[in-house]
Amino acid sequence: MDNKNISQDRKKYLKKIRINKITILITQILLLVAFIVLWEVLANAKIINSFITSSPSRILNTFLNMNDSNLMMHIGVTVYETIIGFIAGTLLGVVIAILLWWSEFLSKVLEPFLVVLSSLPKTALGPIIIIWVGAGTPAIIVMAVAISLVVTILDMSNGFFNTDKEKIMMAKSFNATKMQLLTKIVIPSNISTFINTLKVNIGLSLVGVITGEFLVSKAGLGYLIVYGGQVFQLDLVMTSVIILGIVAAIMYQSVVILEKIILREKK
Amino acid sequence: MSKNILSLKNITKIYQAKNGETTALDNINLDIRKGEFVSIIGPSGCGKSTLLSIIAGLEEKNTGEVYLDGKKIDGISSEIGYMLQKDSLLEWRTIYKNIILGLEIRGIKTKENEEYVNDLLKKYKLYDFKDKYPTQLSGGMRQRAALIRTLAVKPKILLLDEAFSALDYQTRIMVTKDVYEILRQEGITALIVTHDISESISLSDRVVVLTKRPAKIKAIHEIKFDMPNRTPINCRERPEFSSYFDTLWKELDING
Repeated sequence: MDNKNISQDRKKYLKKIRINKITILITQILLLVAFIVLWEVLANAKIINSFITSSPSRILNTFLNMNDSNLMMHIGVTVYETIIGFIAGTLLGVVIAILLWWSEFLSKVLEPFLVVLSSLPKTALGPIIIIWVGAGTPAIIVMAVAISLVVTILDMSNGFFNTDKEKIMMAKSFNATKMQLLTKIVIPSNISTFINTLKVNIGLSLVGVITGEFLVSKAGLGYLIVYGGQVFQLDLVMTSVIILGIVAAIMYQSVVILEKIILREKK
Repeated sequence: MSKNILSLKNITKIYQAKNGETTALDNINLDIRKGEFVSIIGPSGCGKSTLLSIIAGLEEKNTGEVYLDGKKIDGISSEIGYMLQKDSLLEWRTIYKNIILGLEIRGIKTKENEEYVNDLLKKYKLYDFKDKYPTQLSGGMRQRAALIRTLAVKPKILLLDEAFSALDYQTRIMVTKDVYEILRQEGITALIVTHDISESISLSDRVVVLTKRPAKIKAIHEIKFDMPNRTPINCRERPEFSSYFDTLWKELDING
């Protein structure tokens, strides 16, 4: 739109929106800074026990004193396990959802089992997984898959079954085969369901990996957190948790970027 | 008189459910002539749409036969086009890609057929919009695109199941006129299910009235307007229109 043609009211309106946005951002930053400063001041004044709560300066020190390659290795291990678990859980879940859509009989038969599995806390399977696949990286990945798999199956198959009936009828009136219904109508109709599943799964896979690392690992951020807790080094625990938060945010944002790419291609 | 293109013989449909069985269609016999427009009206829930899905091969019948051009058909036929209430355009495909969907599914996306599609697009003023997405088009244009999608596979007869009832009144009148003219021009026979008496009179050569469930054919009315260049719009102004309306109205309501 041509800038010269913008009316006074529109200018005012746009300015109001911009100011509102900036105000929110400034408040957010202030809140974060205030929290960190308060934490530091209270710890320095010995009002809170920094042995238990750690403090921002100690966290920063821990971070700086960590052997660089060592830290990167731990981050790398967690990210690697999460991505493998995420991809495996999502792919397997989508494939099973397709099978359920394909065979109504199968989906009716499996329904009660899936409901039970979805309400079961998957962490309870930890010991079984360790015994079955061994205490190591495979167990952690299986844990990540176990947590994201059932949700993927339920969400995706639900989306598939709820595909617009008239679109299906329309394709059927052209004598579409079941395979054509799947590839031309059902799957493309569910792209947004799929993206939502991805967003949920990236978080769930991370939960699975950290749980797995708590139980068995020799490396990874989950391992660092547990190790720090065992040797009562709260500085290490806090540092690892903060790094984990950053890693999780980056992975979630990657899915959001992926979403934008997919949607742009589709339209 | 031209020959029959579609014949229904003794069509019966019984629905089975846990709490019993319901007869939806009871022994329906109907002949449709080539090039004719026939509407089916009846009380809501009487089984009009069921009859169309049976002809389209999307639903099983219990007894009876469907003949197309003298040949008995069972299941989905490539010579029958079917249009539903919603345009069902796929929002992730361009208009052009939507229109060739039937060709794609049937595996007949030949150069010749694509040329035919392009001709239709030009003839019916959608050519400039062929690379747009359905959300960028008005309701009337979308319905026209859906019609061309159906015509692309060259059906001999078109079944329309309340195909206009999702549109607002004005768009609906215009789309009805568009569709009427397109089908007449392409020489396609149409069988139309509607709940709208005016629509059935304005479009058809004959109107078939069904009874309530179990549906039987109650009456068949020839609709004739004494005018040249009849369209679904100008025929509404004729005195015959209201007398047809009265007849059909009484038949539907009082003795329904």
